[in-house]
Formats: sequence, C-alpha cells, structure tokens
Amino acid sequence: MAEAHSTLVKEVVEQFGADRSRLMDIARALHGKLGHLSEDIIGEIADALGIHRVEVRDMVSFYAFLSRSPKGKTTIRLCNAVVERMNGADEIAQAFEEALGIRFGETTPDGAISLEYTPCMGMSDQPPSALVNGVPITGIRKADVPAIIDAIKKGGAVQSLPVAEIELNLRQSGPVIFAPMDRGAAVRRAVDMTPDEIIATMNTARLRGRGGAGFPLAMKWDFCRKAEGDAHYIICNADEGEPGTFKDRVILTEQPDLVFEGMTVAAFVIGAREGFLYLRAEYEYLLPHLEQVLARRRRLGLLGENICGREGFNFDIRIQLGAGAYICGEESALIESLEGKRGAPRDRPPFPVQKGYRNQPSSVNNVETLCCAARIMEKGAEWFSSIGTRDSTGAKLLSVSGDCERPGVYEVPYGATVATVLNMVGAEDAAAVQVGGPSGQCLAPRNFGRSISFEDIPTGGSFIVFGPQRNILESMHQFIEFFVEESCGWCVPCRVGAKHLDIIFRKILDGKGTRADYQQLEQVCMTVKTMSRCGLGQTAANPILTTMRNFPELYDALLQSDDFIPSFDLDKAIKEGCEITGRTPALEEHHV
Amino acid sequence: MAKPLVATGHFTGCFGCHMSILDIDERILDLVELVEFDKSPINDIKRFSRPVDIGLVEGGVSNDENVEFLRMFRENCKILIALGACAVTGGVPSIRNTVPLRECLQEAFIDGPTVVDGKIPDDPDIPILLDKVYPCHEVVKIDYFLPGCPPSADVIWAALTALLSGKPLDLPYEMVKYD
Repeated sequence: MAEAHSTLVKEVVEQFGADRSRLMDIARALHGKLGHLSEDIIGEIADALGIHRVEVRDMVSFYAFLSRSPKGKTTIRLCNAVVERMNGADEIAQAFEEALGIRFGETTPDGAISLEYTPCMGMSDQPPSALVNGVPITGIRKADVPAIIDAIKKGGAVQSLPVAEIELNLRQSGPVIFAPMDRGAAVRRAVDMTPDEIIATMNTARLRGRGGAGFPLAMKWDFCRKAEGDAHYIICNADEGEPGTFKDRVILTEQPDLVFEGMTVAAFVIGAREGFLYLRAEYEYLLPHLEQVLARRRRLGLLGENICGREGFNFDIRIQLGAGAYICGEESALIESLEGKRGAPRDRPPFPVQKGYRNQPSSVNNVETLCCAARIMEKGAEWFSSIGTRDSTGAKLLSVSGDCERPGVYEVPYGATVATVLNMVGAEDAAAVQVGGPSGQCLAPRNFGRSISFEDIPTGGSFIVFGPQRNILESMHQFIEFFVEESCGWCVPCRVGAKHLDIIFRKILDGKGTRADYQQLEQVCMTVKTMSRCGLGQTAANPILTTMRNFPELYDALLQSDDFIPSFDLDKAIKEGCEITGRTPALEEHHV
Repeated sequence: MAKPLVATGHFTGCFGCHMSILDIDERILDLVELVEFDKSPINDIKRFSRPVDIGLVEGGVSNDENVEFLRMFRENCKILIALGACAVTGGVPSIRNTVPLRECLQEAFIDGPTVVDGKIPDDPDIPILLDKVYPCHEVVKIDYFLPGCPPSADVIWAALTALLSGKPLDLPYEMVKYD
C-alpha cells in the first residue's frame, strides 16, 4: 500500500515537472485520488520535490478543501453564508444530519459521506446551495435531501438531479459585459497599436479596477510594463470569495472569451508570455468549459505563438484552481497561492506590479476589469467613458441576493442609486442593504439615495438585501464569524481581534451587553481596522462599524443600563468539573 | 484622616505578582505609612474585616473558590485592580483551556506515567475546577489592569501612588513593554 502510494506521489509530482510552484496542483491531484493527504503522503511529496515536509504541511493545512485526515468518499459542503441561512440552510443542515445520523464535521461510520460547512460558494442567487465532491447543487429544499443522499449512495451521480441545474440568473445585461462580442476583435485592434497607445486608451476611458479598490487600470499596466524583470505576468483574479458575489461565475459562464481577450490585451501591453486565471475551487465545475474556450482560442491563433499574426507576440494562459480560501482574493495572497504556498498576504511595498509572481512584475486584475478592457479595445474609450459618472466610467455588475423578487446579476451604469437598484430587483420594502459584502457597508433606508460609484459607495458587486423581517445584527454577527474563520492568522489584530469582536458582539446580541461593552467593541473595531496587515483585517470590523453608524437604534435597543454584566456563567463553567468528581458546588453568595 | 485600606488577593497564579509587590523594597515602609493592609497573604489576614479602598488581585479564575473570593473582593473593594498577566488574561494556567478538563484530569491523575492507583481527587475540601481558566474581568467588573508577568515593582508603586494621590497614572512605555 505504502509503496503504491509512493509510486503514485512520484508520478503526480513528475506530471507537474517536479516544480515546487505547482504544489497546489500536486496536492489537489493527490487529494483527489487519495481522499486526504496524510502525514506520510506529505512526507513523500516533500521528498519528491526536494523540499522540507514543513513546507508541504504548511501549504496543505491552510486550505479548507485539503484535508489531512480521512474523510468520507463523498463530502457534502453545505454553504452557511448569510443569504443561504436566510433561505433555510440551517433547516437543510438539520435534515442532512438527521438523514445521515452524523453532525457537521463528522463522517458516516461506513466512510461514505462527510458533512462540512463552506462559506459563500457564489450561488447566493439560488440558495441554499452545497458542493457534493465539488459539484454544486442549488435551490435545495428539505424534500430534496433524501434524493441527494440516495444519488450519492448509488455512486455519486448528483449531476442528474434537478438541484444540480445551475441557474444563470442574468437579470439585466448591458452594453459593457454581456453584449454580443466579436471574438478576437479586441486583440486584433491591440496588435495594431503600441502598448503606450493602449495604456493611453485605458487612461482616456478612465477604467478603474472592479474588485472594489478602484485602482486605475492604465496606471497599473503602465507600472507593470515599466518595471524591470526577467518576465512579466498577467493574472486574472477569479477567486471571487466575497460573500454575496457571483458575477464572475456568470461572466465565466457567458463571456469567457471576453475575459481571455482582456488578458491577451494585457499581455501585449505589459509584455507577458504567460498568464494565469486563478479560479476559486468552488467554480471547478466551470473548468472543462473554460479549457475548451482556451483550446478554441489557441486554434484560432488568439493564443500561442505570433498571436493575430503579430511576430513575436507569444502568450498563453493556464488556469490555476484554488482550494477554498477567501483570503486568496487578496492579490498578494493569490500570488503566494499561485506559487504553491499558503495564501498569506505579502507585505507591500513592493507591490505585485514591481515584484509579483516569482518576484517578477505582475498585473493582477479582476475578471470584470479585464472584460471592460477588452470592450474598450473593441468599442473605444469615448464610448466607454460616456457610460457612468465622471470618476466612475462604465457599468458595474451587481450580484443581487437576499430578500428580493429577482436575485441575479445586473449590469448597472455607475451612478445608479441604491433605491434604483432595489426597484429593479423587486425589493422596495428593504430594511437594509449590505453593499460590497461583509467587507463593505450595511446601509439603512435613509442611505438608499446614495449611489453605486467610486466616489460614493465603491463595491466589488455584492448587493445583499435584508427585508423588514430580518434581524440585521444577527446577520452582521455571521459576517464576523466568517472573518474569524477566514483570517489567515498571520497578524494578531486580525486573528485575535476578530475573535474578540465575535465574543463582545455576541454578548451584546444576547442582551448581556452594557455601554462599556459597546465602547470596548468600538475600540477593538478600530484596532482591527487600523492595525491589521491586509485588507481582510482592515475591513473585518465593517459589519459592526457601519451598523453602529447607520442603525444606532438597533444597538440602543439591546444595550443594558447595568454597570457591568459578567460574561462568565458559573453554572455552565462548573458543570463539567462537578460531573467528573461527582460533587456539587457549595458557594457562599457574594453578589456584586 | 484614616489611612486608605488596601487588600490583595491571590487566585490561580504563581504568587509572582505578590513577590513583585514585596520587590518595592524599602518603599514598603513608605507604603505602610500611606496605607493600611487589610486582607492579604502578606499579613495572612484571611477575611475582610471591613470594606477597603483598593484591591489588587493576582491570578486567573480556575475553580469555585476563586470565583467566591473574587466576588468577595469586588464586593469589598471600591477600586479593583487586575494585577499581572494571569488576572488580566488567564495567563500560563489558561494554557489548559486548549485541552478539555476531563482529559487534563485523566492525564494528571490516571494515565500519567508516574501515577500508581490513580483517582481523580474528589475530596470536598478541595475546590472544584472550572471548565476553563477565566480572566478576572469576565467574572467581575475590573477597574484597572496592570499587565506584566509580573508587573514590575515600579509599575505597582506608580499605580498605587497615583491612585492614592488622585493624580493621573503615567506609565512610560518602557515600564509596560514586555517583549
């Protein structure tokens, strides 16, 4: 057995050229074959790559989809994101637990099925959803659970179940992303221009990054192009992990050519021979389709050698799958992951445009940004900048979910107000909207006149609607739990601070919070926000900070007037000790 | 005017913070001029004879007796100070919080390599352990925190004299920096 595994490890490592930077693919491949990566296998991988086993363990232990202990033959990962829980995910969880006789985190005794939770998997428009060995199923109802389990037991054919049908939910297309495209037009236009002319075009179009931060694309490409290095890389960030976001899923389903077109234009500008599309593991089901599209582009001369007949313009794209880590949406963490390491963010500077992948100049761009760039090449900068506002040109894709009649993807010109969007999606009675996901802001009805734009409310596209029946602060607490789970653990303000936010916020929500607790919560928020190393920690307190600002009445209703309420519960704390020793506590009363 | 009363208490810790109190050296003579000690391990007074002005507590809360005495301190002290890392965060004893209580006791009294005829102690005279070691402020309201393992004598002296004189407490960074 051990020797068979040893041979298998060697084979897989060889398949990836014994290249240490392909550790993610090696680990994924072996995990797929063996079901988990034991300490022995980790050692074998390390030996085959000639690195220390700690490096392998370090990487493997980081990712949610890589397990180091045996799991069931099939793993059901039920999504427990906020929108999913608003739509009955807890009930579905209970149904799975009852049907299988195990709890989440456990495996059935026959080793057939494991139950796990997973954060937002990009299906918030069709909740509740789950991944069954990587295959997404959506719109699960309680009554579907027996059929799902039955299909798994009969050999794992969940693909044929009605729940395996993924809705596109493209509710409003628009001229920028979803208009019909002329394949190759953008690249053909690009090779007729000089890189400087293309940068000038992006500058005229005033295209800004769609991930949320809004960095001007022309500037990023220009920095990257001018940075010295042995090689330059274009990386497309398709790790959309912000809860409530799924627009990249729809783009990659409907317009993958436009994405690759944008990457190819970028490659021409910055002088890249190699590009990567970093695809979140939750979207693995899109991989065959994307590989097909890439193959077709190679056949059409849109990738490969001398692209579009341009002598010396050689470029190709590899798709890198992730393994379940929200933090890898942060560009420097993504690069680390792409290099086959744990997705811990890097210190900046140097920025990726100076030292990115393999320490070479790299431009990391959002899927949607690259689509816009391709469209600008096709239709011109003036056309693009005529849409939207002065500082926010073009349109934005919104992933709308939650309490609305028509959840899905909407292409909306920048400058549209929140109220306009709410009308569009059938949510006129919204009590709150979370714009930009947990790291964004929670808006109250009095803020609904504000606009989706870089100058007012910048967003990566997540737009979660809360109806009047919702307990908004409970959802905010779930967001905090998400950050606790997804913190990479590198820096104390984020790792420890987020946990403290969880504890103090919970105390307040349980009606045991005082004004002092509120002040302490505020203080910890500021520490986490200002002292954390990367964007995850810097935004982790936003669910609390923005509700403190926009929903003060919700906090007022919960806070107690007492001077102090202990979080300590003696009866609970002493229960186990009493059980172990068979004693009962004899406490003298000394009430505060 | 009567001298302000000070009490000190010790819970789950190593007595290092009390050693640090003694470490104020000959200033203890000044302190005795300034204050009167009530309940304290230093004078071995076991019970409060009256309410006091300042209480200093060392150690985290790991058993029912700790809870009882900490509550007693809160009830009897106008100002209560958590003294040292264990009182402030649970400290070294709270390392056991990562292991379930039953496993801790099992290892110590049943499975340990040097244990002969093991039995988990259940004598009514010994306190009952809590599931975890708690910092003092989760059990009662704490007014001030003096970090350190232990806080230096200078820190304790500065805090006490500032409180007694009603002046703001100014602790230079060097005095509370421990890494």
